[in-house]
Amino acid sequence: MSVTQQDLVNELNPRSFISALSIFDWVWAALLFAGTVYAYQYYAGLMDAYEVGILFGAGLSLIALGWFWKATRIFMLIVAALSLLAINMYAGDLAQAEQNFFLKFLISSQSATMWMSALFVLATVTYFIHLFSGSEFVGKVATSMVWTATAMGTIGLLVRWRESYLIGADVGHIPVSNLYEVFILFAIITALIYLFYEMKFKTRSLGGFALLVISASIAFLLWYHFEKDASAIQPLVPALQSYWMKIHVPANFVGYGAFGLAAMIGIAYLIKDSVLAKNSDNKVMARLPSLEIMDDVMHKSIALGFAFFTIATVLGAMWAAEAWGGYWSWDPKETWALIVWLNYAAWLHMRLTKGWRGKPLAWWAVIGLFVTTFAFLGVNMFLSGLHSYGEL
Amino acid sequence: MSTKQINRKVWLEFLGSMNLAITILVAIAIASVIGTVLQQNQPYTNYIIKFGPFWHEIFQVLDLYDVYGAVWFLILLGFLVLSTSVCIYRNAPVMLRDRKHFRLNVQEKSLRVLHNFSEWTLSKSADDTEQRVQQILTTRGYKLRRKQDDDNVVIAAMKGGMNRLGYILTHTGMVVIFIGGLMDGNLTLTVKEWLGSVQIETRDIAAKDVPEISRLKPADSASFRGSVTIPEGSGSNQVFLNVRDGYLIQELPFAVELKDFRIEHYESGQPKSFESDLIIHDDQLKEPLKKTIAVNYPLIYRGYAIYQASFNDGGSILNINARPLFSKSPKPLSLKGKVNSVKQLETAEGVLNIEMDDFKLFNIFPAEKNHPSGKKFINFGPSFTFKVRDQDGQAKEYINYMSPILQEGRYFFLSGMRQSTADEFRYLHIPADENMGVERFFKFHALINDPVRVRQTAEQSVDLALKTSKLSDANLRDEVIGSMIKLVGLFNEGGYVAIDKDIREKVPEDRRVKVAEAYLKILQNMLQGLYLNLLNNEAVDISKGINVEQNRFFEDAVNGIAGIGAYGTPFYLQLVDFEHRQASGLQITRSPGKNVVYFGCVMLIIGIFMMFYIAHQRLWIILKPTESGTQLLFGGAGNRNQRDFAQHFKEFVEIFNKHLP
Repeated sequence: MSVTQQDLVNELNPRSFISALSIFDWVWAALLFAGTVYAYQYYAGLMDAYEVGILFGAGLSLIALGWFWKATRIFMLIVAALSLLAINMYAGDLAQAEQNFFLKFLISSQSATMWMSALFVLATVTYFIHLFSGSEFVGKVATSMVWTATAMGTIGLLVRWRESYLIGADVGHIPVSNLYEVFILFAIITALIYLFYEMKFKTRSLGGFALLVISASIAFLLWYHFEKDASAIQPLVPALQSYWMKIHVPANFVGYGAFGLAAMIGIAYLIKDSVLAKNSDNKVMARLPSLEIMDDVMHKSIALGFAFFTIATVLGAMWAAEAWGGYWSWDPKETWALIVWLNYAAWLHMRLTKGWRGKPLAWWAVIGLFVTTFAFLGVNMFLSGLHSYGEL
Repeated sequence: MSTKQINRKVWLEFLGSMNLAITILVAIAIASVIGTVLQQNQPYTNYIIKFGPFWHEIFQVLDLYDVYGAVWFLILLGFLVLSTSVCIYRNAPVMLRDRKHFRLNVQEKSLRVLHNFSEWTLSKSADDTEQRVQQILTTRGYKLRRKQDDDNVVIAAMKGGMNRLGYILTHTGMVVIFIGGLMDGNLTLTVKEWLGSVQIETRDIAAKDVPEISRLKPADSASFRGSVTIPEGSGSNQVFLNVRDGYLIQELPFAVELKDFRIEHYESGQPKSFESDLIIHDDQLKEPLKKTIAVNYPLIYRGYAIYQASFNDGGSILNINARPLFSKSPKPLSLKGKVNSVKQLETAEGVLNIEMDDFKLFNIFPAEKNHPSGKKFINFGPSFTFKVRDQDGQAKEYINYMSPILQEGRYFFLSGMRQSTADEFRYLHIPADENMGVERFFKFHALINDPVRVRQTAEQSVDLALKTSKLSDANLRDEVIGSMIKLVGLFNEGGYVAIDKDIREKVPEDRRVKVAEAYLKILQNMLQGLYLNLLNNEAVDISKGINVEQNRFFEDAVNGIAGIGAYGTPFYLQLVDFEHRQASGLQITRSPGKNVVYFGCVMLIIGIFMMFYIAHQRLWIILKPTESGTQLLFGGAGNRNQRDFAQHFKEFVEIFNKHLP
């Protein structure tokens, strides 16, 4: 007789989280820890105390992520395996990217990024087909496309990390340093947050909407690559040569990704709400989750985004205090980060204390995306300031 | 209640109201936007130029040029903090009590009306059931309190009280951040300005000339952000604070000496690192403190943080050949200049003041397409910028590059000129000769300026033409020679523009095109003659005619000379050598509130996670013994996400269904 997860939850004496972990969970933890220790031993000479702290912190966080969201264990193992394969194939020579078949067409950083782009766009279409047709199979295909795309994107970034070092030891850096690299990060993180809620709420019908914002970022990414040759790896300017970049930037993108997702769900909410008002029997709309659930996911996504955005802004201030002469200079980027923060703080207050629900908050979430986009992109494009690393 | 008490109550309600809080949040957001789209703290002249006097006045009165320091903005922030504080004051006691209070006094009828309610009729005894219930709840992290109510047993369970603490931490954290920010703001400075004991300086004068009223002693300022540029080999014990459209001088209790400044570049030409070797001289130290700082690696000394912010020229020595334009002698005048100083030059038109402004060792620009080196960025080499000011105070700005630069397959020495900072530089292109120098060009130019040579060439040319056409009119000859000389003169002074102007003035419209063609032919003829003359003098073999390069040089030289008329200065300053001296731009700040702000941030973040991810949940059980067993009433309430709590409650119902009967 097999024991279901539900059974475990329903026990008289429920097992603690730790004791409920499976063997694979422990294998997973062991593998990840081993990898972390190996990385530490191999690169200790290049890292200062903070970077070692970040390395081990990241290792432990990934173990925890794998334990709480089981699907990510396989995901991370596959990503690690393929990235290491690519690095191995390079064998220290960048020219291999043109000669080695797998690198050239699959897992060099550029190839992987292109695969990611194609798959995200395809997934968008597939999810909408799933929504309009109701086919479960199509839905599953879409989900696997997103997982694959996310994997390719992550592989792309990890291999790019190595490629930057192959260009020159002083050129190498974690690939979150310019607008091109962070757009890939945005796509990956938004996809992961979406996949999490897809699993939690057991519905694929929001996939098309979520993928819309991801596809928009892919469109920008491709334009930026082909028009401005932005994919070329550039060395870091002095101000970016800091361990802070490893934590400030990713934290920001958990925030941006979550806010973006919330806005897309807001759009789905508003569409369902207005269609149902005219025609309450609409079959397509019926496949979307209930308005109540969508409202809940929006809330959870914004809460997650807000928590990480707060962390990211504080980390940014601490970094500024080391690089720019003060933790707050009312620089346009800093100020707009504050504006985004205030916007979502107001949203959360309206929901938590004033009891607002549904439609007005959905609108607000959509508007919030514009504010966020301006803070993310508009400031770099239109305003001057200290934060010009993401210049177009 | 007395009027005073009512007033207090009304005020507290207003200040603690959520509507006010959210309104202020949005107001601060909108006000902050202004400061990002309107460039802050620029010199007022820039604003007047941009917006015109009318709008400038309005913006200035509203303090939009320094939004974040404006009184009304600070009042907005103050209101937010006040509102937050009132909220904490009113809610915190309730919340803390709520954490401890298990609400054991729940009544059956209030339990029944709860949204999450279920009841069972069980065959087991009340004691057994109670034991079961306890086990189920405590193993899931609930704390229990029990009460005997006649025959009934009331159990109140609670979990996640930390959520309430989260609220307090978050909002108190905001207040703490504000206090820290206030400590680092320039409130004391603003007060001093109001009182008149400090006044900002707006003139561009030497530091030692700044009067006492614009100086701050170390003890005067608990917090500030200042900057100073220190040339290699010298030091400073004061920094400049930018205040609105002026500045103040802040003295430091120690001196900072710059021993060496270094920039390293990547292969692509972009900057890789900026480093300064500093020495701190302080009476308090036994011996001077040596430290190298770089971007992201400041030096913290006695609470003062010293950052590597920028770099400038620190007074480089420039060896210049001043080549006279409009002189028949190509011999250059040797000058020695120093950046950030003025050099005087005697000219025929009076004394010129040459203000040596800047020297740059590297000039990295994007390479033109299909550049032979294949690189994306090219280093143009050293350059220096200077202003030439005449007797009337009018100035033109120049930028001269030391090395010749490849453009369209040939090498040129570039000299840019502009009349005002708002204009773009226009460049004089001096073609480089075979030795990559400017000698041949200036020798050519000297010939054009030599009336004897010009006349000779004109005579040669005219005589040759007369011979072949078999004319011989002495008057005609002199006239033609005269006009040829004049033409060359016009071209020398003002290029093609001057000739064009002359045609417009003297020639009727219908004949202009023909005359222009003729003039250009003659001019070309003359200049070619002079050029051949030059090549001959330099013992270049032209017996077989001139080759492609020599011809191209000629064309480029003519184009160069055409531009000299607009150049505006009778000298071309050629940089031949230099002694590079750099200056490091440091930012020195003092932020006593920094750690307070950080502490507030940590409170805020922990509080947020507590509020979002720890749900304060309550469950109540009433056990009523019956003849056949027990009747169990089960209700619950959560303070956050009702949907999640309902789900949670449902799970409990399932567990009870499974394990209680």
